[in-house]
Amino acid sequence: MPLVNGGKIADDSFVKLAVDTPLPESGDVLVPAERFIAEADALLKRTGKVGVIWPNNRDIDELVPYLGRIAAVALVFPTFRDGRAYSQARLLRERYNYRGELRATGQILRDQFVFMLRAGFDSFEVKKQADAEAFMQTAKRYSVFYQPTGDGRITALHRRMQLRHSEGVGT
Amino acid sequence: MYAYDEIDRTLVNERVSEFRDQVKRRLSGELTEDEFKILRLQNGVYLQLHAYMFRVAIPYGTLATNQLRALAHVARKYDRSYGHFTTRQNIQFNWIKLAELPDALEDLARVGIHAMQTSGNNMRNVTSDQWAGVAPGEIEDPRIWSELIRQHTTLHPEFSFLPRKFKIAITASDHDRAAIKIHDIGLKLIKNEKGETGFEVLVGGGLGRTPFIGKTIKHFVHGRDILSYIEAILRVYNQYGRRDNIYKARIKILVHELGIEKFSREVEEEWQHIRNSSLQIDDEVIEDIRSRFTYPAYEKLPHMPDELRQAAADADFEVWRKNSVAPHKVQGYSIVTISLKPIGAPPGDATADQMDALADLADKYSFGEIRVGHEQNLALPHVAKRDLPALWKALDKLGLATPNVNLITDIIACPGLDYCSLANARSIPIAQELTRRFANHELANLIGRLHINISGCINACGHHHVGHIGILGVEKNGEEVYQITIGGRADEGAALGNLIGPGVKFDEVADVIEDVVEAYLALRERPEELFIDTVKRLGVEPFKERVYATR
Ligand code: HEM
Ligand code: SF4
Repeated sequence: MPLVNGGKIADDSFVKLAVDTPLPESGDVLVPAERFIAEADALLKRTGKVGVIWPNNRDIDELVPYLGRIAAVALVFPTFRDGRAYSQARLLRERYNYRGELRATGQILRDQFVFMLRAGFDSFEVKKQADAEAFMQTAKRYSVFYQPTGDGRITALHRRMQLRHSEGVGT
Repeated sequence: MYAYDEIDRTLVNERVSEFRDQVKRRLSGELTEDEFKILRLQNGVYLQLHAYMFRVAIPYGTLATNQLRALAHVARKYDRSYGHFTTRQNIQFNWIKLAELPDALEDLARVGIHAMQTSGNNMRNVTSDQWAGVAPGEIEDPRIWSELIRQHTTLHPEFSFLPRKFKIAITASDHDRAAIKIHDIGLKLIKNEKGETGFEVLVGGGLGRTPFIGKTIKHFVHGRDILSYIEAILRVYNQYGRRDNIYKARIKILVHELGIEKFSREVEEEWQHIRNSSLQIDDEVIEDIRSRFTYPAYEKLPHMPDELRQAAADADFEVWRKNSVAPHKVQGYSIVTISLKPIGAPPGDATADQMDALADLADKYSFGEIRVGHEQNLALPHVAKRDLPALWKALDKLGLATPNVNLITDIIACPGLDYCSLANARSIPIAQELTRRFANHELANLIGRLHINISGCINACGHHHVGHIGILGVEKNGEEVYQITIGGRADEGAALGNLIGPGVKFDEVADVIEDVVEAYLALRERPEELFIDTVKRLGVEPFKERVYATR
């Protein structure tokens, strides 16, 4: 599965560990939530980055105390029609100010990129190669946004206000 | 009317181009049907019994004449020259080709019409009172807030893949014409003691397999907080709404399972986090939206013009006027409801020619504006009283002057087995037969206000639960059987109907309805006691006796 990171197809430095795979000496690891919670201290002590795979039905509050020390959170879309991880993403970014990598995993198609970017994702394990290649083009599909979200894009309402004020100043 | 600006138009165009690409990928096989399904639904495209069905949004039921003409054009060019107005302030086209859909959308986009989120598990078309802005006594025009919410919920990055569909309706009048109590969120515009505008918020209403009347979750949410409050409700629903069983995925089930107190605590907690965020709307923003609604330059007109006085001699005109003309907030003007329920025809259908002709009439007599109501009728919202006789003559020529609004033949019906792939039974032929049975206006008028609602399956698209008389088609041993309920209503006193007894066969439905109506005529205390009030007073029993005694 190709990874898109920072807008480009990129190599994945993280190795995904199962619940019972032995912990490698070094290197970046991505571990399931339950293992992360159980072994957080050991995981965070080793060299190499730690990321966590957080299921979409587990309360994100549990993860909050660790956010400053982890490098990646991978949220899960078991199917692309299950949108719970969008809420988790926004909470992580907007309420808990998480600034590390926020990765979308599962059934990720190009048709969700705009929604995901707006919700705060910056990294994507894309299901189809062609979709990964179309990332930049698809991500730029929309130039108008109606809702304020943590991605900081200006909303239509505020763009109108700006236009109105600049007209006001001119005349 | 609300005027789209360059910003709104850009978004709609970007959406069309995205959908064009999605259709192309589907046709080339790059997208599987399973992947494409959700995407097409988000653009109002269903795969139905015979063809693709295309559902177009009419936000808060307001149309300009160029928009109605564009709908006529789509009917003519891409479909079989008619469209079907539905209970959701939408119009549906039944015979459209997938490959042509992007073109149809592009043609509509030119006049600021779209099909975004008219289907799928996201926030649907925001509906409102079809008399918004002209109804006497409303708090203020609810469409200003409807438009605010329409924008906020369009392509919302968090709520485009909800557990299930989500519907919001808004009213600003005591008499609720928007059926807010049977919506996922119902909003009633009110003023608090300080004279500030806000909303009573209801949640968890809905029909379908498990019907519920919405419950009040908060008595007053200030207008500036309404987006954050809605967002809080949706966030709780998105996280905790069931996804394991599609029949239990609607917010009404979550509210029911948690109980309204617990649910509202969850929402309250979420809301406290976000209410002072950028979701808070300042007056300037709302004023900006308000300023983009334009209102007619009404003239100062007499309450009773000569034209109306003279026309009163024409008995047919008077019958129509009494039935179809309602008071307007401006003196000398009226609201005219146009029945899309001619005797013997499918409820809610209009031909392309009728749509074009109506657009001409709206230009001539209603400042270029048309409304669509959830009863599947249209309205002209600003008709000068002096023009009523001329308008009536013109409507009559088009077959659009049936004087049956709110009477027994003003039936709401879903498409049923004639079009719908989920149906268990026919709806349209039942409606057609009933309109023939009660075609006599004198009889219908004697019966008075009586709403019959018909659905061809448990999904309740015809709102059968809230019909004064509800008819639900089910399947039993390979046969169509109809269950009949009485006592439902969708207005401010919303209630679910009660079953009067075992289901009856297709051929018997009209007879049974006649029996119910005869029972009512015999049981009512006075001619003014409406069917619905008699049922409320007496309950189901006397009706049941009457209907089943002889069967
Ligand atoms: C012909 C294609 C249609 C299909 C496949 C369809 C499908 C459905 C389904 C599956 C539901 C149940 C949803 C649920 O309770 O979770 C539903 C409900 C509903 N539909 Fe349709 N429908 C169709 C046409 C219509 C039409 C023509 C109308 C309006 C006349 C309509 C208006 C509604 C309404 C008002 C509900 C009830 C929503 C509620 O529970 O509050 N639908 N539809
Ligand atoms: S109620 Fe059933 S039959 Fe009627 S339109 Fe809805 S899904 Fe189809």
